[in-house]
Amino acid sequence: MREMFKLFIVVTLFSAISGGLLATVKSSTQERIELQQLTYVKGPAITQILEGCTNNPFEDRFKLKDGDREIDFFIGEFDGKRNTVAFENSGKGFGGAMGVMVAIDMENNQIRGIGITTHSETPGVGSRVKTDPSFGRQFKGMSVDADFKVKAERGDIDAVSGATVSSKGVSGTVVESVEIYKRLKDEIMNKVQG
Amino acid sequence: MAKSVMQEFTKGLWAEIPPFRLVLGLCPILAVTKSFDNAVGMGIAVIFVLVFSNIFISLLRNLIPKQVRIACFIIVIATFVIIVELFMQAYAYPLFQQLGIFIPLIVVNCIPLGRAEAFAGKNKVLPSFADGLGMGIGYAISLITLSIFREILGNGTLTFPFIGYSIQNVLGPSFQPFTFLIQAPGAFMCLGLMLCIMNMLGKK
Repeated sequence: MREMFKLFIVVTLFSAISGGLLATVKSSTQERIELQQLTYVKGPAITQILEGCTNNPFEDRFKLKDGDREIDFFIGEFDGKRNTVAFENSGKGFGGAMGVMVAIDMENNQIRGIGITTHSETPGVGSRVKTDPSFGRQFKGMSVDADFKVKAERGDIDAVSGATVSSKGVSGTVVESVEIYKRLKDEIMNKVQG
Repeated sequence: MAKSVMQEFTKGLWAEIPPFRLVLGLCPILAVTKSFDNAVGMGIAVIFVLVFSNIFISLLRNLIPKQVRIACFIIVIATFVIIVELFMQAYAYPLFQQLGIFIPLIVVNCIPLGRAEAFAGKNKVLPSFADGLGMGIGYAISLITLSIFREILGNGTLTFPFIGYSIQNVLGPSFQPFTFLIQAPGAFMCLGLMLCIMNMLGKK
């Protein structure tokens, strides 16, 4: 019995010390890891859709709550005015979840650009929604009240040929993103001005 | 008879080089040797885990009851693996993206557990440290050798770690790469050939 107790104590102690150590390492690296994820996962999309902005959107960012979800917003400054926000939203493509970054010009209520961050679409087919610039460009300059669905669903967007499901995934995600934007517009405005 | 610390270190480099002589840790050696930079990253991660888990297991060897030693070894090893994973995410994110699941899988890799059971659990700290370092470096050398072979012949390039620079067309522009070698079956074949060469060298 005493022997059993000793084994129990040793394993418990080992686990507790290990847990404590890992929690410390985790909390001390967390900030850097978030920054790295921003740079390598969301970074390329943000730099692309906020091209020509005069600030650093990676530093000018804030978080807002939409229901239970926390969303990162990135501010873009154009012509000396902080008038654009970019944020990521995820939707369902052909091969699974895909992340779509949407930048919205708040002054004119227009889309400034969209970019795909993560996806698992078929290489060379569905992945063209990310690599083919003419697909993403269609969204540029559209009003937030426009119909972002693909033409097969009676919307205004030309799907990438051969990749209708992936294209629908992107446009569906943009529709949702615009809804989020409309829902949170006042809060976003407050944060951006402040 | 106790061997010298130096001998414990050098045995991992040739006489007991993990993948080729002990034939341990083959899963990552098949998976991450597609390119030179991945192999170097994985090698560093394994060296770190082996050295620290060996040191700590050796320090704690008198505290660990025999009946639960495997559980305790795994806890120590897993702790260091997660530390490596977090640091890799924080300081070398592209490498982390490439290696993905193979970093957490070091926990179930036979080498750290094998060294803990066969060596660090029975020996003093300094020889255990030497053993871990030697085995780790031996493993890294194996990964790197195989990766250089596979990347140059299979893809025609050589990608350097951390700086992200890669030499294109190492064997000249007219060289047609054997794409087969960077796929999974090619990994088995290369490993088999390496084992064969090692055995031939050992025989003489």
